[in-house]
Amino acid sequence: MKNRKQVLSKLFISTLYLSAFTFGGGYVIVTLLKKKFVDEYHWIEENEMLDLVAIAQSAPGAIAVNGAIVVGYKLAGLLGALTAIIATIIPPFVIISLISVFYAAFRSNVIISEILEGMQAGVGAVIAAVVYEMGAGVVQSKSAVSILIMSVSFIAACVFQVNVVYIVLACILLGIARTCIHIRKRGET
Amino acid sequence: MIYLQLFLSFLQIGLFSFGGGYAAMPLIQSQVVTAHGWLSMSEFTDLITISQMTPGPIAINSATFVGIKIAGLPGALVATIGCILPSCILVTLIAGLYLKYQNVNALQSVLNSLRPAVVAMIASAGISILVTAFWGSETHAVLAETNWTLVIIFAVCILLLRKFKMNPIWVMLLAGIMNAAVSLIRG
Repeated sequence: MKNRKQVLSKLFISTLYLSAFTFGGGYVIVTLLKKKFVDEYHWIEENEMLDLVAIAQSAPGAIAVNGAIVVGYKLAGLLGALTAIIATIIPPFVIISLISVFYAAFRSNVIISEILEGMQAGVGAVIAAVVYEMGAGVVQSKSAVSILIMSVSFIAACVFQVNVVYIVLACILLGIARTCIHIRKRGET
Repeated sequence: MIYLQLFLSFLQIGLFSFGGGYAAMPLIQSQVVTAHGWLSMSEFTDLITISQMTPGPIAINSATFVGIKIAGLPGALVATIGCILPSCILVTLIAGLYLKYQNVNALQSVLNSLRPAVVAMIASAGISILVTAFWGSETHAVLAETNWTLVIIFAVCILLLRKFKMNPIWVMLLAGIMNAAVSLIRG
């Protein structure tokens, strides 16, 4: 591999660029990270990248940030991770800062506030479509436990207004228990 | 101390949002709207809309937006750091372990139990956004006060998304334009 300084500056520029121009959320940016660092630079092997992506998706937090961290860490250790994080958060930080400066003035404009009001229905529809797709995936998995988790969580969050942190914690504990049982069963047979 | 509150709130958002994309949305709502009242439900919806139309993760966008509104640029910085700190620590730790042992299966099987719950929580947050849009408030849903224009726009958007697979950004823009057009026609 090239010398460290070159790796870091290339890492900074690629992650900054990807973060500034990738619409469509974490899954898209992770795919582009793979394209850049596996297919173009050949700095990471395909299989290893798949596992790194799995880590980025399994850990808490934004997938774009996590993806940048794993790639940065793999390429140049802690300094690499730090470089990639900073490059990833600069674009949204700058863009949203600018927008929020104008937001108050924007919101009081009659036409813009009508547009934003209409967009609330639009974003509601986008979320509904996403939920439908994700929910259909869970139902099609035909796993009774998954469907039960989904139903109970929905009732807890929507009807009983349970704090979502508790729902997340409960599911993690359940997941750990299920994994332990699974491992033990496999050990017996 | 407002900076500490911002930091701790966004730390929780960063720590407990699993699954990416919309998964952070219910957590942001519970911290920023429900627990602290930093944003109203309709400001929160605007924020989600803005996040959809700009690059960048919802959590980082919210940290910046809420931070600036509550405590200026330093607030935005503090909130953003809080939001990414759990990722920095946990992801680096897991990546370090992985590069040593090359095995991520156990981690993923734990998350299989979490995924259905994430879908449910996003659904619940989506419902509060729609209730706010249709009735103007999160708590009072009275049939007589329904904003039927928005209900119809919602239905059109669903059609465009599901049937015609239109890009979500265009669908949202169209929804905004439709509503403005209707109000101009009505005068």
